[in-house]
Amino acid sequence: MSRDPLRFEPVPVRLNACAKTFPGGTRALEPIDLEIAGGETVVFLGPSGCGKTTTLRIIAGLEQPDPGGSVFFGSEDVTALPIERRNVGMVFQSYALFPNMDVAQNVGYGLRVRGIDRRRRDARVGEMLAMMQMEALARRRIDQLSGGQRQRVALARALVVRPRILLLDEPLTALDAKLRDGLRLEIDRLLRQLGITAIYVTHDQGEAMALADRIVVMSGGRVVQIGTPRDVYFRPADPFVADFVGTTNRLQAQAADGRLHVLGADVPWAGATGPLAVLVRPEDVRLDAVTGQAEAKVTTAMFLGDRTRLVVETGTGETLSIDAPGRASFAIGDTVRIAIDPDRLLAMPL
Amino acid sequence: MIQSGIGSRVLALALVAPAVAVFGAFFLLPLARLFVVGLSGPEGWRTYAAVLVEPRYLESLVSTMLLAAAVTAVTLAIAGTSGLFLARNRFPGRALLVALLTFPLVFPGVVIGFMVIMLAGRQGLIGTLSEQVAGQRIVFAYSMAGLFLGYVYFSIPRVLLTVMAAAEKLDPQQAEAARALGARPWQVLVHVVLPALKPALLSAGAICFATAMGAFGTAFTLATRIDVLPMVIYTEFTLQANIAMAAALSFVLGIVTWLALSLARSLAGTSVAAAA
Repeated sequence: MSRDPLRFEPVPVRLNACAKTFPGGTRALEPIDLEIAGGETVVFLGPSGCGKTTTLRIIAGLEQPDPGGSVFFGSEDVTALPIERRNVGMVFQSYALFPNMDVAQNVGYGLRVRGIDRRRRDARVGEMLAMMQMEALARRRIDQLSGGQRQRVALARALVVRPRILLLDEPLTALDAKLRDGLRLEIDRLLRQLGITAIYVTHDQGEAMALADRIVVMSGGRVVQIGTPRDVYFRPADPFVADFVGTTNRLQAQAADGRLHVLGADVPWAGATGPLAVLVRPEDVRLDAVTGQAEAKVTTAMFLGDRTRLVVETGTGETLSIDAPGRASFAIGDTVRIAIDPDRLLAMPL
Repeated sequence: MIQSGIGSRVLALALVAPAVAVFGAFFLLPLARLFVVGLSGPEGWRTYAAVLVEPRYLESLVSTMLLAAAVTAVTLAIAGTSGLFLARNRFPGRALLVALLTFPLVFPGVVIGFMVIMLAGRQGLIGTLSEQVAGQRIVFAYSMAGLFLGYVYFSIPRVLLTVMAAAEKLDPQQAEAARALGARPWQVLVHVVLPALKPALLSAGAICFATAMGAFGTAFTLATRIDVLPMVIYTEFTLQANIAMAAALSFVLGIVTWLALSLARSLAGTSVAAAA
């Protein structure tokens, strides 16, 4: 083990056919195969009940996969090991700090149960608190900390034992928006700096995009797409992913002879033919009074500061969300002309 | 309506007044009267000294406290373990088991005493069985041991219900976090679960101790020769007509029990503050 507190051994993780059926027959997770490279940050993203937390708990050793599934850390098969022998760091949504111990005692707990003597324990706790810039809080009681401070103590507690992998279960969900953004940046910086293999579970697509090397999008106990944040955002595997990651408009279209008929107008088209559903992001719809293909009426205008989110209704009766510049102002009932570049459209089979 | 300053003060005092009156009339006044009666005997204040000096009374006081402490310790161990188990596990028959374990709540002390005699008395189940198996009749109903058994049985429901309620409120992620850090099951129990249950265990233990200190009905049913303090008080009062001594003993019994309760409350208080 390296003595440098700032670098971790990058341990790869592999899941082989891990499924989970709970007593009573509920299938929480369909068989999943997944390779996570050493040092990679992978985010499991999906709505509640999609199987992301179950997968995390299988990796942690808090749940056993159904017979036939196996979990590897590097070349070691850890399937049969309980969590206390897997050496994983875990951070929970509820912080799960021990209220009967102060900050330093919480951070040092993993070292204490490993039988490390008091002097070396204090030294490593001090080192870790210094890294997290929390030396001043060492003797505080847990109930004297803010939510953000609590989660940073939980992170320090998980990292001080130099775990093989770091598992984070919705760590920012309990925080309010401002703190969430700050801590998200901090976690991102920490994960890059430490080079530890990290697996992060969230239902928040913004968090997933900001932190992930790769995102695993899950739905109904299945993996629907694995890819970089750009892949998932720009080339979603299906309408579910497109809708869950960012906002998307779904339009009815008809393609034939190199033309796509959409929103009552024709655009050049090189893709599939026949009746199609096409997806387009709000930021890819332009307002253009001159070259716009279709006319639409503004039904909602939400000023968001950096942009204005419009909801418009077209002559063909379809509803679209559009991002307009923040400085342009609109009133409900205004008529606008909208333009869509064909290369920004994603065709989905109906 | 919230009123400002003096108005709301007066209102608060007016609202508290009935409680103060009841407390004074039914607690402070009788207690003070009891204290005075304790001084009224021919021995004066020496009556109180006798509680601590005369072997008969001192032994009774000590053995009552020992009995109460033992009942509290054993009840906490039994009910604490089973309460924790019942709070964490769901299985068929669980509701029935909880109902059976809380059954003693419905019995008065006399009935508990009667049940101890049925179990460990001269014609009891244990006696009959032991005679057939080992050729010797084991009888312990009419002694401290019988009283101990009865009071453990009697105290289990209160502790069990308190522990179950507290254990169900524990955050299971705290135990998981401890395990992730490498803690073995016994370490999770000692470092995480028991500290979280400490306020509940202390308050349930204090009630258990106080109840056992005042054990009378059961003791009276079992035998007249068990020297627990309430029995001694009864004897002094009815048979010896030594009212001053009975009063002094009662007063001391009350003080000891009250001290135990307030000690537990202050310990639980600090740990509650630390856990909040």
